Amino acid sequence: MWEQSIRDKAYERRLFRARAIVAAVLVISALLALVWRMTYLQVTLHEKYQDLSENNRVQIRPIAPNRGLIYDRNGVLLAENIPAYSLTLVPERVENMDETLAFLNDLVGINDRDLEQFEKRISYRRRPYEPVVLRQRLSEEEIAAVMVNRFYLPGVDVQAQLIRHYPHGDAFAHVLGYVGRINQRDQERIERDDETRRRYSATSHIGKTGIERRYEDILHGEVGYEKVETNARGRLLRTLERENPQPGTDLTLHLDSRLQLLASELLEGRRGAVVAIEVETGGILTLYSNPGYDPNAFVTGISFSDYEALTTSLDKPLFDRATRGTYPPASTLKPFVGLAALEAGSTNWNYTVRDPGWYQLENDERFYRDWKREGHGVVDLEMAVVESCDTYFYDVAVRTGIDRLTPLLGQFGFGRDMSSDVISAVSGILPDREWKRDTGRGSWYPGDTVNLGIGQGFMTVTPLQLATATAVLANKGRWEIPRLLAAENDVPTILPHGDIPDITLADPSDWDRMFKAMENVVIGRHGTARALRRHLDFPIAGKTGTAQVVGIEQDAEYDSEALQERLRDHAWFMAFSPVDKPQIAIAVIVENGESSGRTAAPIAQAIINQYLGGAEG
Amino acid sequence: MASTDFSRTVSTPAQHHTFDRSGAFFARLHIDIILLLLLLILCGAGLLILYSGSGQEMGMVKRQAIHFGIGLVLLIFAAQIPPRLYQLIAPWALGVGTLLLVGVLVAGVGAKGAQRWLDLPGPLPRFQPSELVKLALPLAVAWFMAKRPVPPRFRDLIQALIIILIPTVLILKQPDLGTSILISTSGLLVLFFAGMSWWLIFSMIGIVAALAPVMWFFVMHPYQKQRVLTFLNPESDPLGSGWNIIQSKTAIGSGGIHGKGYLQGTQSQLEFLPESHTDFIIAVLAEEHGLIGACLLLLLYALIILRCLYISSRCETLFGRLLSGSMSVTFFIYVFVNIGMVSGILPVVGVPLPLVSYGGTSVVSLMLGFGLIMAMYTHRQRK
Repeated sequence: MWEQSIRDKAYERRLFRARAIVAAVLVISALLALVWRMTYLQVTLHEKYQDLSENNRVQIRPIAPNRGLIYDRNGVLLAENIPAYSLTLVPERVENMDETLAFLNDLVGINDRDLEQFEKRISYRRRPYEPVVLRQRLSEEEIAAVMVNRFYLPGVDVQAQLIRHYPHGDAFAHVLGYVGRINQRDQERIERDDETRRRYSATSHIGKTGIERRYEDILHGEVGYEKVETNARGRLLRTLERENPQPGTDLTLHLDSRLQLLASELLEGRRGAVVAIEVETGGILTLYSNPGYDPNAFVTGISFSDYEALTTSLDKPLFDRATRGTYPPASTLKPFVGLAALEAGSTNWNYTVRDPGWYQLENDERFYRDWKREGHGVVDLEMAVVESCDTYFYDVAVRTGIDRLTPLLGQFGFGRDMSSDVISAVSGILPDREWKRDTGRGSWYPGDTVNLGIGQGFMTVTPLQLATATAVLANKGRWEIPRLLAAENDVPTILPHGDIPDITLADPSDWDRMFKAMENVVIGRHGTARALRRHLDFPIAGKTGTAQVVGIEQDAEYDSEALQERLRDHAWFMAFSPVDKPQIAIAVIVENGESSGRTAAPIAQAIINQYLGGAEG
Repeated sequence: MASTDFSRTVSTPAQHHTFDRSGAFFARLHIDIILLLLLLILCGAGLLILYSGSGQEMGMVKRQAIHFGIGLVLLIFAAQIPPRLYQLIAPWALGVGTLLLVGVLVAGVGAKGAQRWLDLPGPLPRFQPSELVKLALPLAVAWFMAKRPVPPRFRDLIQALIIILIPTVLILKQPDLGTSILISTSGLLVLFFAGMSWWLIFSMIGIVAALAPVMWFFVMHPYQKQRVLTFLNPESDPLGSGWNIIQSKTAIGSGGIHGKGYLQGTQSQLEFLPESHTDFIIAVLAEEHGLIGACLLLLLYALIILRCLYISSRCETLFGRLLSGSMSVTFFIYVFVNIGMVSGILPVVGVPLPLVSYGGTSVVSLMLGFGLIMAMYTHRQRK
């Protein structure tokens, strides 16, 4: 055994050497396989991996354009972009979210509302490594507190960005609207189209209502790009190339901020709306609904409780009464009914009606009361307008007939939205036989025509519609459709006229006589707006109206003192001035204002005086 | 020319005193100077690559240099021990190692569902018994085979296979598939060098191939299957488990022939490449120094392994030849598995690139291994 092993020593060596050579050959073949693999990756596929590596390193980042500014007609800034500092987090880089949030709360204070918004923003619409806003509008001290502790806060940063700001707050809330963070619904709309998706690739806010929404496409501007080098964690290392974004178009509106602010002042504590239109251009000078709300709260994200307070308030501050509030036009419709009757030949300036205080249709027992119990006596058209005689208009409306009444009223824009760029405007109702049947209310009765004669019943108008009709009346039938936009980047805007013909009367002198009748509403001894005589700086032609809030039972006593404030009648006033060469047309509604002459009319007069007086001064 | 002088010097102990003095000096130190020089070049290159791969962290490079220092001391120390002593402790080392592996399964600690570490009492660091077994198993199998005639008899082979199988199964249970395969391979390599017949070798390969599907369905853990699936199609999960391999291939491929320049690799420096200082460090080299750099490193490894195989064949004892032959090829397998994994021809198994990847345990046990190889070669039995 032992000898055998000694004898085999040489054999053992030979055997091992053979195996070692086999091993060396295998090792070298395997190494060559690795060389082949490296060559394949580094030579054959070099270009592919070169591209992949560049795509890793270089990112194209979109840059949001600055939103266009909005000015009033005098160059007063209505919507601007102000720098704001917000606290942002990149969730991918935060090591411990709960600890980080707790630490930040100690530093700058993070309330539940911020957290709630933050959670929401994290959960939808986010690109990887995109910073998410935690708190907005940091003060200088808060910025310092965060920056000093930045080392302990990976993924936390303070970012400067421009945010939309509305310096006049409530006064322009409804007409300008506001921008808000792009939500899921906006996102779906944006992503429907590749071009839009590209334009909005860096944008965080979008116009939600009002002008901001209506002119979103030109206010937004064109997105810019920068080519940046980033590391795997998305941290920007340097900018390689940059194409600047193009800012959005600056808009100049017809609005006059002095009138708008005055309207908000005058309606303080009331619910109502003021719409004023420049007669010559159709430019909307005032479009105000009270109460308003602070649009700035919506830019940074309004809390649920604040939002709930707005939506549950009895005064409905979010509701734009000027463009969406529909009210019976009441007696403000009378000049238009009068013109329709003149046109139909069912009355003339000499035709008279004897008013005993009520009106009755033939073969009908029902009494249609005049607002004046004892009646106005013998009334002609001018006196009927001045004293707002109901019986006269009951009579001429019935004799004109619904089929001849509504077409001319329609020519003044009732029953349709004639505005060119007021996004929220509604159409109101101009009733006729077809409308009544189509809405399931049955066939048209003569009594319906009686009610329409004094602007009650089915008909409703918005303050914007009444102001528009007043402007067309003041313009003697020439249409200038109401518009807000006056100029883009200081280049005057030309808006299409709209598909409505100008109104021509068979006898054009009827315009002047109606103007005179309306002037006497203000200056006549029995005029319903004679209260305005005291401050009459400019000749005003106008018409009062009192819209019933609840139907009063036949023959029931009307005791306004007993009714709660909110059941009182709405007070209307429509007017234009100066009478001979009208420049401004206006419609004012004061909800539950009861007496037009004491509430709505003085507001209209103050606006007119400011406009005409201010223009001269 | 000098190198041939050295090799002749140390290979003929009778002439110790007749050749130049430096050769004699190293021979007395039981050091193979060629292998040591090659290893030092590799360590130096490793530190340079690590500086880039660590994101230019000097602290990490210094710590790794300390690892090399400790490793070098242990290498020289291990080279002084005569093979007889290794032969003596071999069965005991494997016995202790096996017991520790059982201990890991009973009271081990670990992460991600695998128990690999053993907490030692007091101030002693955590200890991974499989590292000990990496050395102990080839030692024990070489000890076993050296006492038996070559080529080995079938009976002896079966007994050797049982010795290999016990630690392999214990490590597989941790579970650590990669290490168990590497350790069993180092044992099987001893049998290969002992002259196991080709017929048996091919039969075993056949059996392993047949067992692979069985392993897939009954032995492999879900995370291991995931690694294999990711290997087969990394693009299926580009941000998850496929990320590493896509980024490492991108790093290698974008390096081209000449590379992007030292510290200029965008994949490595901008943190796209994961584990760029440990398992994926070859991608840093390939990106920054291109195909040329990668081939030079492969050449260095080839020289080290060939030198190891050469001195293995010159060992005096069968035990020495079997042990150093097995360890040389095992070293190569580490290199091959790591580079194969990073370049996407093998699945991702956590194997560091020898002497280049950052890590103390790996460096120390590798240097110890080279110390063993030198000990087997330089100690001569007195006649």
